Amino acid sequence: MRAALDFFRIICRNKRSLLGLIILVMFLFMAAVGPLLFKLDMTVSFEGRYQPPSWEHWLGTDFGGRDTFIQLVYGSQEVLTVAFLTAVITMLVGAVLGLVSGLIGGRLDRSIMLVTNLFLTIPNFPILIILAALFTIQNPFSFALVLSAWSWPGLTRTVRSQIISLKERDFIVICRVMGLSHFHIIFKELLPNITSYLSINFIMIMRGAITASVGIMLLGLAPYSPTNWGQMLNLAISQTGGIFNPLGYIYLASPIVCLALFQLGCIFFANGIDEALNPRLRQ
Amino acid sequence: MTLKLVLKRIGVAVLTIALAVILTFVLLRLTPGSAIDAWARDYATQNNLTLEEAYRRIAAMINYNPNEPIYQQFFRYVNGLLHGNLGVSMIYQQITVNSIIASALPWTLFVTSVSLLVSFLVGMFLGVRMAWKRNSVLEPATSFYAVITSAVPDFIFAIILLVVFSYSLNWFPINGAYDPLVTPGFHFDFIKSVLYHAVLPISTYVLTSIGGWALMMKGSAVSILGEDYITAAKARGVSESLIMSRYVRKNAILPLITGLAISLGGMLGGSALIENIFQYPGMGYYLGESVRQRDYTTMQGILLFLSITMVLANLIADLIYAKLDPRIKLEE
Repeated sequence: MRAALDFFRIICRNKRSLLGLIILVMFLFMAAVGPLLFKLDMTVSFEGRYQPPSWEHWLGTDFGGRDTFIQLVYGSQEVLTVAFLTAVITMLVGAVLGLVSGLIGGRLDRSIMLVTNLFLTIPNFPILIILAALFTIQNPFSFALVLSAWSWPGLTRTVRSQIISLKERDFIVICRVMGLSHFHIIFKELLPNITSYLSINFIMIMRGAITASVGIMLLGLAPYSPTNWGQMLNLAISQTGGIFNPLGYIYLASPIVCLALFQLGCIFFANGIDEALNPRLRQ
Repeated sequence: MTLKLVLKRIGVAVLTIALAVILTFVLLRLTPGSAIDAWARDYATQNNLTLEEAYRRIAAMINYNPNEPIYQQFFRYVNGLLHGNLGVSMIYQQITVNSIIASALPWTLFVTSVSLLVSFLVGMFLGVRMAWKRNSVLEPATSFYAVITSAVPDFIFAIILLVVFSYSLNWFPINGAYDPLVTPGFHFDFIKSVLYHAVLPISTYVLTSIGGWALMMKGSAVSILGEDYITAAKARGVSESLIMSRYVRKNAILPLITGLAISLGGMLGGSALIENIFQYPGMGYYLGESVRQRDYTTMQGILLFLSITMVLANLIADLIYAKLDPRIKLEE
């Protein structure tokens, strides 16, 4: 409890990270509570299309007469779910491999690094769209699996270098000499030291996953949900007229603005986390 | 000593390429077998062949026969690659993947290399200036710009440019690499048309990457400004512009050389989206098209080609870096 309060005090002290936190909480709120407050109606009504913003339709309606704002709200839930799942899977795979590679070293380390470097040299977006074509994406979980297939290597490499720099420090060496178990060393000594590092990476992976998922949807490769921001962009560009028709500009702009805001929130918040969770950086 | 390490680097690059070949082989094996079965059946009825003969001919065309044992499949695949043969497109069966790459590559190389050069040069000048004049308005302005451009993915930027400058203002064409009414050739009209069509794709890359380069360059230049030889040069009364150009800029570029290879990789990968948005007929456009149409052989060929390009770019950047900076020795 005390730690959580400290955490928020430090985040709040830094204006940028506070702004980031507010933006992220806003999106979380939108994704968690939004769908309970608004009802999504995707029936097409020809008369109601391209309406300007009004009290009834906050951001007007799209080319099919559906409320843009409510689509955005439902989309935020899907986008965040995919990003969160991707970050969790990537964390599990990437951090474990990095930890093992850094701790054990030797031949195992070399072979893990060889594979990691191979993954890092192959351009990741092309492979993501190919994977998306090979495994038909039908739900957030399969989407997250495809996205995390190429996002773990960067994490593995950075976690490994952190562990290598930590494991020769005095306090770890002393633990070894004292004969403490590996379990104790890993969970009680090493992990707390890289928590801030991992949380920054978690946020940055979510950020990357959102960009990549929107990109894949923009190409029309994962058309499982019409309200996902990427699919909205795809529809705005390919279907009608978000770009030909000035009346569709709001429909085109709304996922763009949300994406950019979310990304900004991630960047700003991640800036503050390091300071908050890493006592050595504090005055 | 150096030769041995250079050879080692080359060895690692070759190994990486070999692993990439295995990877693309595995990916192609994930192709739904039914796609090839359907093709073989169609081919057999169209050309009055037995089903087996059809399979045999298709195997010759795409270096892949799903009915062979796995080691023979791999042998056939590698043999094809060693002959520089990536097979034919599964959708347009008269077109080889090689010819698709050959026609697409110049466009992608043109756009990415111009963008890389422009953004690197401008970013470099901005970065050094920011490091030199610490309290000017340039620094917060560039940092702000860099944050905004890193928050907005480049393909979103492409959409915004397309909507504003092509659809609304009609200043630039909406698609293609040149005006179809102009015959390609080395004359003024064609070059003008090519440049005109490339403005928006190049601007997308340049505008989204300039901020990052400027910040990297600034970081690098700041660390150099603290060096003794800069203080010594100042003390000797060397002019400010000379210190900036000869002393700071030249040294600050060095750590960014490896960044060039990484950035090129990002551009080649990102081209799948940007070229699709501008309908620009480069590698990324064809990759997007082949993925959409489930053209497995073309996908695999382009992916392999991109991967090999990346490995080579990294290798060259590594070797050049060691060559340019005598203080750095190639490490393990």
